[in-house]
Amino acid sequence: MLRFIGRRLLIAIPTLFLVITVAFFMMRAAPGSPFDGDRKLSPEIEANVMAKYGMDRPLLEQYGAYLAGVVQGDLGPSLKYKDKTVLQILQENYRVSLTLGLSSIILATVIGVSLGVLAALRQNQTTDYVVMTIAILGVCIPTFVTAPVLVLVIASKLGWLPSAGWNGGALPNLILPIVVLTLPQVAIISRLTRAGMVEVLRSNYIRTARAKGLPENRIVRRHALRAAILPLVSYLGPAAAGLITGSLVVEKIFNLPGLGKFFVISALQRDYTVVMGMVIFYAALILILNLIADLLHAVLDPRVRLS
Amino acid sequence: MTGTILTPGSRVGAETMEKAARGRSLWDDARRRLLRNRAAVGGMIVLGLLVLAAIIGPYFTPYAYDQINKDHVWAPPLTQGHLLGADSLGRDLLARLLTGLRVSLAIGLVATTVSLIIGVAWGAIAGYLGGRIDEIMMRVVDVLYSLPFIFFVILLMVTFGSNIILIFVAIGAVEWLTMSRIVRGQTLSLKHKEFVEAARAAGLGDGGIIAKHIIPNLLGPVVVYVTLTIPAVILAESFLSFLGLGVQPPMASLGTLIANGAQDMELAWWLLVFPSLTMVVTLMSFNFIGDGLRDAIDPKDR
Repeated sequence: MLRFIGRRLLIAIPTLFLVITVAFFMMRAAPGSPFDGDRKLSPEIEANVMAKYGMDRPLLEQYGAYLAGVVQGDLGPSLKYKDKTVLQILQENYRVSLTLGLSSIILATVIGVSLGVLAALRQNQTTDYVVMTIAILGVCIPTFVTAPVLVLVIASKLGWLPSAGWNGGALPNLILPIVVLTLPQVAIISRLTRAGMVEVLRSNYIRTARAKGLPENRIVRRHALRAAILPLVSYLGPAAAGLITGSLVVEKIFNLPGLGKFFVISALQRDYTVVMGMVIFYAALILILNLIADLLHAVLDPRVRLS
Repeated sequence: MTGTILTPGSRVGAETMEKAARGRSLWDDARRRLLRNRAAVGGMIVLGLLVLAAIIGPYFTPYAYDQINKDHVWAPPLTQGHLLGADSLGRDLLARLLTGLRVSLAIGLVATTVSLIIGVAWGAIAGYLGGRIDEIMMRVVDVLYSLPFIFFVILLMVTFGSNIILIFVAIGAVEWLTMSRIVRGQTLSLKHKEFVEAARAAGLGDGGIIAKHIIPNLLGPVVVYVTLTIPAVILAESFLSFLGLGVQPPMASLGTLIANGAQDMELAWWLLVFPSLTMVVTLMSFNFIGDGLRDAIDPKDR
């Protein structure tokens, strides 16, 4: 187990390295510079500023210096937000994104798995059709439709919940964003669970368990569910990526101070170091989630050997 | 069965035998199953109507999609000749909606074609050659997977400026990853399948094997994935437009219309509701068709 984790982490390093390299050179290939402001800087000042951030040196040298910094855990200063390092920006803003992301993925898993199991057990009955209709709607109604519609109806017309803002993470402010992020995930998770469950319930070992006279409840919980949620575990990585794009929209609509904002604005402003910091943060997140998914896979399915 | 007795040398029943031996092709079977699926057929009809509306609709609206009319600002639906109302510049929503639908569908189609070409070529080469090359090529896919998609596209947009052709290419270039994985996996397993060996033993050449056995089996999952990629691409473009990086005004796509509608929703609900409905109906019909195709083509899920 430990050896497996160690090996996977070792493989993750070159992947992360490649991601950094691609992002670095793509970013630098973009025309414009972080110092193109509304006022044109005089050439001398611009040269001074460039020199201050080491941007007067050859690109490869800058790349080497950046990598050296990253290895030591230094992501450099922001080029746009004065007096702030990239690490500070990440630290100050990750909490909002993480709160939203984690709560909605947990909520979506609980609701999605329950609905999926229910649908599979009542296959081709009304419950099944209702759940699958919800699932299709959840996939087809994008977050940028649900978010404004919910704000319009629940916040503006009915006035039940605040329409925007973070308010220190107060629960009423969190409900709408989390619901919006959760719905599409519930849809996908319940579909995956139902498909897995339907297949597993037909398999021989479930028939054996039934023949032994085990109660239905126990068969579902102990035997079937374990195998049925395997496809779900592999979905963990892509789900995280989906939450990232989802939270870009949700943070914008609900005006939340999360990381998403920096992603778009910094790329547009050519704030190289901040963009790189975001890329490293999200890439590492996805790599870690994929690792967790693989581990869970091995725990749930004894046929998988970690090697 | 007609109960024909087969005696040696007799031609009686030979016709039936030949018919049975020819059997029904994979595609005949698939088509039959697809046409029995009500949701899929409904999806195809709705999608056909939407495509027709997107192609010829803009020629029949009383106003052009970019025609500004300051007397018609925020005209509600069914007033002043605006069937679906008008926006903050007095532009006809119906005309903008049809144009936006056209743009979104076109992006879906073109970007999916781009992803199809890259993905099939990449996956087939990796799967067919195998070994070291396969490993390296799939490693590249893994790396690209761990780049957050949106970041990739944003970078492309800021690098080359946002124009509509670039949106096609950028989204297509990102969406090919899953396609290449599917194609590679299929090619790998098909190469060693018994029926391929059987065909070879029966004397069929490489070309015949590829044409009759590999491609049809490869095509199934690919077609299914294509119908599911188109809505994903339409969604992706809308995300970009929503963040202000997609189609630029006065051009419209479903995404920009929804984004604008969301801004003005307190004043003019129709600007949010009609584009959103169109979007949802479009995505749904694609998904129904995709699901129907998967059930029809993929023998594993039957």
